[in-house]
Amino acid sequence: MSKKLRIATTSLAGCFGCHMSILDIDERLLALLELVEFDRSPITDIKHCGPCDIGIIEGGICNADNVHVLYEFRKSCKILIAIGSCAITGGLPAQRNHLDLESCLTEVYLTEPGLAHGHIPNDPELPLPLDKVHPLHEVVKIDYFIPGCPPSGDAIWKFLTDLIAGKTPELGHGLIKYD
Amino acid sequence: MTTTDDLPVFLDALLARHGNNPAELLQMLCETQHRRGWIAPQALTYLAQRLDIPRARIEGVASFYSFLHLQPHGEYRVLFSDNITDRMLGSQVLMEKMCQQLWLQPGKVSEDGLVSINTTSCTGMCDQGPAMLVNGRAITRLTHQRVQEIGSLIRNRTPLEDWPADFFHVDDNIRRSGLILDNTVAPGDVLRAALALGGKDVVEAVKDSGLRGRGGAGFPTGLKWEACRNAQGTAKHVVCNADEGEPGTFKDRVLLTRHADLVFEGMTLCALAVGAQRGFLYLRGEYRYLLEPLQAILQRRRDNNMLGKNILGQTGFDFDIAIHMGAGAYICGEESALIESLEGKRGVPRNRPPFPVTHGYLQQPTALDNVETFCSAALAVQMGAEKFRAIGTPKSTGSKLISVSGDCPRPGIYEYPFGVSVREILQDCGAIDACAVQVSGPSGICVAQSEFDRKLGFEDLPTAGAFMVFDDSRDLFEVARNFVHFFAHESCGFCTPCRVGTSMLKQTMDKIAAGHGTRHDLNEIENLDKVLQTSSHCGLGRTSCNPVLHTLKHFRPAYENRLKSLDFEPAFDLDGALARARQMTGRDDVGAHLKPEDV
Amino acid sequence: MSDTFQLDGASVPFEPGQTVMQAALAAGHYIPHLCYHPEFKPHGSCKLCTVKIGGRTAASCTMPAEAGLNIESDIEELNALRRTLVQMLFAEGNHFCPSCEKSGNCMLQALGYDLEVHTAGFRHMYPDRPLDASHPDILLDFNRCILCELCVRASGEVDGKNVFALSGRGITKHLVVNAESGLLKDTNIALADKAMHVCPVGVILPKRVGFSVPIGKRKYDQRPISAQALDDAPRQGDAGGSCASCEGTS
Repeated sequence: MSKKLRIATTSLAGCFGCHMSILDIDERLLALLELVEFDRSPITDIKHCGPCDIGIIEGGICNADNVHVLYEFRKSCKILIAIGSCAITGGLPAQRNHLDLESCLTEVYLTEPGLAHGHIPNDPELPLPLDKVHPLHEVVKIDYFIPGCPPSGDAIWKFLTDLIAGKTPELGHGLIKYD
Repeated sequence: MTTTDDLPVFLDALLARHGNNPAELLQMLCETQHRRGWIAPQALTYLAQRLDIPRARIEGVASFYSFLHLQPHGEYRVLFSDNITDRMLGSQVLMEKMCQQLWLQPGKVSEDGLVSINTTSCTGMCDQGPAMLVNGRAITRLTHQRVQEIGSLIRNRTPLEDWPADFFHVDDNIRRSGLILDNTVAPGDVLRAALALGGKDVVEAVKDSGLRGRGGAGFPTGLKWEACRNAQGTAKHVVCNADEGEPGTFKDRVLLTRHADLVFEGMTLCALAVGAQRGFLYLRGEYRYLLEPLQAILQRRRDNNMLGKNILGQTGFDFDIAIHMGAGAYICGEESALIESLEGKRGVPRNRPPFPVTHGYLQQPTALDNVETFCSAALAVQMGAEKFRAIGTPKSTGSKLISVSGDCPRPGIYEYPFGVSVREILQDCGAIDACAVQVSGPSGICVAQSEFDRKLGFEDLPTAGAFMVFDDSRDLFEVARNFVHFFAHESCGFCTPCRVGTSMLKQTMDKIAAGHGTRHDLNEIENLDKVLQTSSHCGLGRTSCNPVLHTLKHFRPAYENRLKSLDFEPAFDLDGALARARQMTGRDDVGAHLKPEDV
Repeated sequence: MSDTFQLDGASVPFEPGQTVMQAALAAGHYIPHLCYHPEFKPHGSCKLCTVKIGGRTAASCTMPAEAGLNIESDIEELNALRRTLVQMLFAEGNHFCPSCEKSGNCMLQALGYDLEVHTAGFRHMYPDRPLDASHPDILLDFNRCILCELCVRASGEVDGKNVFALSGRGITKHLVVNAESGLLKDTNIALADKAMHVCPVGVILPKRVGFSVPIGKRKYDQRPISAQALDDAPRQGDAGGSCASCEGTS
């Protein structure tokens, strides 16, 4: 391979569990680094994504900031991969979706005892929540999905090596998991 | 409203009237609904005990039908007919106005429990719309003034019986008549001719006439009767499908109003042909106002020995007809769903084979035909197969009633021999600037201007009778969207593709309508269409994508003009998704918006 | 000698009265399915088992076997259809596998695995379907219901109790229980009922045993559903036929 593939990763409305699983590919990371280099990612601490071959996104879309980051990735990356339950289905954060946002905020900040002193936080620094949590594919075009909560290191390794080798990734029994 | 003290008394009488027959469950539920405008939980429990049917199953039946309510739904229940033809006549504005007048939101019951306002699928009054149902009674020709008067009558709690009779007047609007509508057959004439022939020869005559079912599918009627005649069974049945639910169709309403004798004559003829002793007319709930007149005609026929024992003196020819009411479920127009509904169940289409001719009502051989088919069969036997065959085309013999509505000065009923062109009908009804015609309703075909020379008939354009005209001021996307909503509302929910697919189709059409669609959504529509067509359980699912497929073919720009972009990126209203949080936090800063340039 | 039909080029024998699905499974040929269960009369609602006969498509579980039929099942066109149907079911309900105690024993999930479904694709509907935890020993989580009616059939046909029924229509169709209160505690359901053991997904769950078998060591973790279903199918000479897919989560 003449040129290393450039990869960016981020976690939106997720728990970083999928990133832990990326690290879980263990010593194969070294082999991976022969083939790729990392752009924006918690691994590099680069804050904004440059032109990349592959973007890997964990977590769903629950607020305005998530949307901005997702757009940045979609613009910068040739291939965008949704990784994990939250990115693919909305996951745990989406468990609020059958509730009205107003009743959620009211219950959390107004009626239940807490630290917010009876008001809903309105600092412009805070990204505003969306009325529903969305999986990534509802907001931008997603090219590939690696399911799992989180997907195993083996699944991620198989998927990425297939992809880098130019093959349509297939996980097969034992690696494809939704839980 | 809430007194249920005398409920057991009412239910005991009801049960006795229906012989404690579980197959009459839907009829009992309809009558219970009629009593108070809803069905109380105690009523379900009581019926369950007395009929020895699980309560949950009764709940399942009651909840299947749109006109039955398991919660209080207002003393006055107003339902605006929501066919596209009603909309084109301004029904949406009228409904908004009425909601404002009575201070309530669509679909909700007013706080005092007085009234609810909602929409319902086409009520079959397209030639005299906009139309509505109030407590099940059809009201036609709505205007702002009429709607306001209705609002006042409701506010004053005026009983429905005291409303102006003119409100309930239904016109027949016969614009062109022929074989059926001009018939002068006296009650009993056909039966006497048939008795001279005998059942076997009646079947031969109907076969010979080339008559095909008028409900749209076009199965040869004679073959159906023959199969039913030859089927093994202890008790055969004749069923008339008067569940005329296809939006834009209202010809059966006119036949049942003006030629009910001919319908019943056809059914009795069929009974003779197949050897049936019991018949049912399944009447759609929207035509409830026809029930008493039809019952009176049945009684007159009994009195004249045209129903009952030894009909017209023929020993052993016993046959009688009962009328069963539907309760707001389009799917019951599908023959096996109709039979399920007749048996007092949820109207879910059955697996076939076996077919109703061998395993129909109560698993007995059943000949089930459309209202118009029975009329045509009676006339075919009366006039002779050869004469009947001379009308129409080789593969579509006889004449067809067409229900014309939409953008034309003369909507109503037109009878033509089969083979008439779309253009000819358009000329006759005075439609001068038509750009499309929806033939045979939402499940049928959208015919564009370039195809107006196509001919109605099984060779080219099969039709159950609907003929909705759209002129060049109409947005065919909105037409298709109305039909997609209709199918999602009427899906029985049995199979995955139709239950989920029709709802997804609706969501996608709504998204495009709201201006948040991209080509991605058109792809999704095409994908859903394929799944619906190939894997749905019945015709509803398989045809539910027709409106979209046909309009996408002929009127693609009507879709594309609404798309946010023609690329394949998905899109939706992201800034709108922040509206709720903006309102809750009172924020309106830059960060509280997703600016268009981000998108 | 029994008659045969062709399935994906293989000759499949059948007995009179068998459907295509029944004959295929008995002969060791897997056709994906969800609402079909060897112990109950097929009704054909999930449509996963759709096959192609000539140019037509039909649900193989309800289609009577006939001599000489030429049936296609394991072809990309049909597997793509099945993938979409599985995606539709995932998008229709709230299927959050990471928190579901049926995960690993769930047929919907296992079919997704077998068909390499990586995403629901469609917009999720996120319906509001409250749980029924009223019963001391049994939990009902309607979020996962795929409306296959197996519990309805089992409770009616085997248990003779009719604890479950379907209510509503179209996309609002839902499972209800046989009580005026609408609560499971007011029915006569019991842990030993057949209806407790037929749910292909995680709706009907015995309480307090959900994780007695750890995630990763469960039925479909070990072998794909295509292999399991063949083991579960009744074979000739196999009286009754045990049904592993009827096992509960315990």
